[in-house]
Amino acid sequence: MLKQFTRKFLNNKGVAYLTAFIFLIITMLMGISIGTVSVPALDIVKIIGSEIFRLAPSGEIDPMHANIVMNIRLPRVILAGIVGASLAIAGAAFQGLLRNPLADPYTLGVSSGASVGAVLTLFFGISIPFAGAFTLPLLSILFAFVTIFVVLIFARQIDRSMKVETIILTGIIFSSFLGAFISLMIALTGDELRQIIGWLLGSVSMRGWEYIKIILPFFLIGSVILLANSRELNAMSFGEERAQHIGVNVQRRKMVILFAGSILTGAAVAVSGTIGFVGLVIPHLTRLLWGPDHLHLLPLSIMTGGGFLILADLVARTIISPTELPIGVITALIGAPVFAMILMKRRVERRG
Amino acid sequence: MYSIEKLTGGYASKPVIEDITFEIEKSQLFGILGPNGSGKTTLLKMLSGILPYSSGQVLLKGKPIKQYSAKELAKTIAVLSQHSQQSFSYTVKETVSLGRYAHQKGWFQSWSDEDEAIVQRVMAQTGISHFENHQIPELSGGERQRVFLAQALAQEPEILLLDEPTNHLDLSYQKELLDLLKEWTENSGLTVVSIFHDLNLAGLYCDQILLMDKGKIQINDQPNEVLQEERIRQIFRTQVQKQPHPKVPAPQIVLLRDRDEEKEGRVLIDDSLLKFSSEYIALTSTVPLRTMSSGVVGAGIGWNDTFVNRHVNKNYRCEDHRAEMATYLREKGFEPSQTVGMMTAVFLEDACYHFYEENHFSALIVVTAGVGNAVDASMSGAHCSQLIPGTINTWVFVNGELTEEAFIQSIMTATEAKAKAMVDLTIEDAVTKTIATGTSTDSILIAATQRGHKLEFAGTITPLGKMIGKGVYECAVEAINKSTKRKKNL
Repeated sequence: MLKQFTRKFLNNKGVAYLTAFIFLIITMLMGISIGTVSVPALDIVKIIGSEIFRLAPSGEIDPMHANIVMNIRLPRVILAGIVGASLAIAGAAFQGLLRNPLADPYTLGVSSGASVGAVLTLFFGISIPFAGAFTLPLLSILFAFVTIFVVLIFARQIDRSMKVETIILTGIIFSSFLGAFISLMIALTGDELRQIIGWLLGSVSMRGWEYIKIILPFFLIGSVILLANSRELNAMSFGEERAQHIGVNVQRRKMVILFAGSILTGAAVAVSGTIGFVGLVIPHLTRLLWGPDHLHLLPLSIMTGGGFLILADLVARTIISPTELPIGVITALIGAPVFAMILMKRRVERRG
Repeated sequence: MYSIEKLTGGYASKPVIEDITFEIEKSQLFGILGPNGSGKTTLLKMLSGILPYSSGQVLLKGKPIKQYSAKELAKTIAVLSQHSQQSFSYTVKETVSLGRYAHQKGWFQSWSDEDEAIVQRVMAQTGISHFENHQIPELSGGERQRVFLAQALAQEPEILLLDEPTNHLDLSYQKELLDLLKEWTENSGLTVVSIFHDLNLAGLYCDQILLMDKGKIQINDQPNEVLQEERIRQIFRTQVQKQPHPKVPAPQIVLLRDRDEEKEGRVLIDDSLLKFSSEYIALTSTVPLRTMSSGVVGAGIGWNDTFVNRHVNKNYRCEDHRAEMATYLREKGFEPSQTVGMMTAVFLEDACYHFYEENHFSALIVVTAGVGNAVDASMSGAHCSQLIPGTINTWVFVNGELTEEAFIQSIMTATEAKAKAMVDLTIEDAVTKTIATGTSTDSILIAATQRGHKLEFAGTITPLGKMIGKGVYECAVEAINKSTKRKKNL
């Protein structure tokens, strides 16, 4: 009886991972295939096989197709995937830490902090020696982390035990303040205005492989740290006191998780601007589908988050082609109704 | 296990707890009591290591608690708090499994067979195995509390700290939980430290109780010493009374309701309330009276408002005379649960009653007497044990407030007066041919209104004792004379 249950349980999780993975692959193929020039899915597989894995192509490949896939669509899809994954896993971690399914990187002021860092970099044209292209993400991460740090210091001043409610409130206050700061800078800029606004609305277009190289290390570091803390996140979703009673070093783990969240958010904001709703909706949706255990929630969120943003980007660039919409518009347009629908459906189920 | 030395601390600037020193021994069920805001929860948080203290020391197994790491602490102490936050729908098993956190090693901790075995065991112990796949929000308060208890037990702690564990639980779960805890302290060597709100539960289960008030220790002793009427009244600032538990040797504290005597009106029990018929004498009071009595129904200590002395035939025999009496009372329109009922073979016309009055109190005494089977108590060994109705039934109604001591003394005084009446009338024990002291089936009732003048004692030379002694003697003599006369006339 017990064995049967264990097997069923494993099967369930196996099905979850398989579903999420297939979703990610399908969205990637769609993202690469669809556009002004349509590339058949089989060709995509062939092109990727030959260009990346150096396999001998079986049959003719159109060089134009290869060019489009390798230089435009593949990097764009990968970037969108990594950004979506970063925001989703960071969101899942923040939600677990704050025990609030409606929390995300924005609630803590992390995104706003990262934006300020990025806007300052763009505004003053700052370049850190030796960092080169990493200046933008490094400054974003730095500002994200400084913001979360200041938020926490403030929260500690208000309430020594650092209740979650206090942190969220402080985060919202900082978010508004930093938002106003960004608006002020935009008002002060002249010619740079369009570039900054375009960046603020969020986009993954025309970024190329360079940007993937920028975000990838941060994505890997942040994700590994969070994955290693999934048990602690489970414990902390029962309250910090209970987590401490169970044996979690709450103060330290909290800092580590917030740090990893800042890395992920900061890097994502640096390469693609502020894209909302991914960090909120994806973890929530994933939790509803496959349960709240962070051991599975975090990796599953990476896949669903990546797939979701690829899909959102696809819609953003095709829906009123040739004009591209900011991707944040699409995430909000898809995310909000889906979110509302889930909430309502759950209500009905619970009542029934 | 625990040694707390001069502990002081609390939140912000004001210390909630001041200079507390005490010890907790292994395998104890240690209770912490105190009014709201007395610092119980703060103290428990300091014991659990979650709240830093400003001065003093908490030694856990001889080592300062501050030197323990979070994981080490979790392997020694488990905490079950009043209510737990949960925002996500974890399953019961996922929740319980978290208790193993401190025992797992490495970055990506693996789930061992031992972990699984322990989780299964504690789920069985707490009776939650059958809903291990349910989600926490689906459970009732009692079930949820048991899940978190299982989680705490999965930590395999030596000490379990509980903050009002029975809060939100209904009666049967309260008992179940505390019985479990008690058993574990006795059999598995677990030490339990728990805050209690309910003084009686604490009195019933604890080995040791620490009573706190305003951040200081009031007393740290055995339950019977801690739960003293005067102390509880002072610290909780309320009207209470201490009583022994009826079944086990544990103190119980009962609340007293504020009573507006003026509103309830004056209550006076006198002969005008007596009702006579050929079958019974009855007295019905407008308010329940505190009674101590022997009788067929309503015997013992209680509150009753109806008193019936029923005439039965000399040959009355019944298998279950209590049930028969209850049926009889119901037929006559009396409620058996509020009635003290007695039986007598004596003709009720021979009953004798008098009302006695003193300055602040008064008493009504009613006696029915038959001396057909008079017995000398000092030589009663000569009698066979068969019960024959034919008795002296004595009722004493006191308009005043009696202590328990006064109730018992009243019975003694009344009995002595009755015996004296037998002596003075030279009633003989038919078997031993000596002077009898009573009959074989005598009953007595002492009832008091429990309002008005307080009468602490009723020994023979106290005002109440004098009244009862005189009254019972007079009524008994008169009643015996009447009944003897009737017999002669027959």
